Amino acid sequence: MARITAGIATSHVPAIGAAIDLGKQKDLYWAPVFQGYEFVKEWIKKNTPDVVILVYNDHASALMMDIIPTFAIGFAEEFLSADEGWGRRPVPVVKNHIELAAHISEQLVIDEFDITLINEMDVDHGLTVPLSLVFGQPEEWPCKVIPVCVNVSQFPTPSGERCWKLGEAIRNAVKTFPEDLDVQVWGTGGMSHQLHGSRAGLINEEFDRKFIDLLAHEPEELKYITRLEYLREAGTEGIELIMWLVMRAALGYGVEEKKRFYRVPASNTAVGHVVYEAKS
Amino acid sequence: MPRTRLYPLEDLEDIPGTKVFTALRSRQGYYLHKFCMSLMKEANREEFKADEKAYLDKFRMTEEQKQAVLDRDLTKLIDLGGNMYFLVKLASTDGMSAQKAVSATSGMSADEYAKMMLEGGRNPAGIRSIRDKN
Repeated sequence: MARITAGIATSHVPAIGAAIDLGKQKDLYWAPVFQGYEFVKEWIKKNTPDVVILVYNDHASALMMDIIPTFAIGFAEEFLSADEGWGRRPVPVVKNHIELAAHISEQLVIDEFDITLINEMDVDHGLTVPLSLVFGQPEEWPCKVIPVCVNVSQFPTPSGERCWKLGEAIRNAVKTFPEDLDVQVWGTGGMSHQLHGSRAGLINEEFDRKFIDLLAHEPEELKYITRLEYLREAGTEGIELIMWLVMRAALGYGVEEKKRFYRVPASNTAVGHVVYEAKS
Repeated sequence: MPRTRLYPLEDLEDIPGTKVFTALRSRQGYYLHKFCMSLMKEANREEFKADEKAYLDKFRMTEEQKQAVLDRDLTKLIDLGGNMYFLVKLASTDGMSAQKAVSATSGMSADEYAKMMLEGGRNPAGIRSIRDKN
């Protein structure tokens, strides 16, 4: 049977992708950010999964315009890196595990998550930056990737509690897939940031650190942070943290924290990153 | 019985200097955003750069939105329904970084803004709520 063995959370700042693509990792500005990912780059070598279920939000690259699904799953065999206005990132094609994606879709609907299937889309920095941070710059990504998109940009956005339940439903779906697969769930985005107006550049280190403190072993109260509270405390884009909750819920009750990292700034954003191994 | 909201919807407008991207704002910005997303193709970027006004006239945007694009007035574009995830495609077409685009809406110079970020970003104290001034 398939099983979820580990989870990773990370911010997915586009400038981090550009820094990797342009070879700036050792620059004074970027070195402290990339240092925080040295652990996971080593860890993943011994813990490369068969499939990553990668939870991210599309940034007006494939969604948000004509169709705005609350939860959606990538259902193409493969996905190209999106041209977000400066050309496609030079990264490998992202290859799906279509049978597992189909099984998850079927199970999610049984579990009352009426998920949208996307037959064609390009994937933007929200998905490709986490892959680059963890796997570096390989010729091919070393595993299959199932994109799961959450609307965190256009209100009404889903609640943290709903995202938690989605994570639980993904966990139940994976556990009932008959093939022997090692699956990881990654939650991306955050931490605090706001990208417009007189509050642009907002960073709430206290909020972010508390979120990381509680996520591993006391995540209950994080489920009930309202969308309004995210806006007030963590900026308009800080709400992306609800995607970390999908990851955490998918890992089940107990986790072992292997890594935590927090750094300000990367461009406009507070960078957060954790690595968890599932205990059960 | 419908489930009750955890906070009044009006509270989304109670955050200083912030336009929460609601469904209604998204509709207001729809054709502006169609234009922004068209810039995800190199050929369209070239066509736009060659004759900006003619290119904008292909979209059902308001004249005010078109003028704000020509002026690169990102603050105005946000007032007119724009969302940064779309607008950043315009900034990228101009070769402007996301940080510069964001700082352009903040009322600070790009250098001041970059310095603030290096020093830990903008503290949320006092700018959580217009009503509560906290």
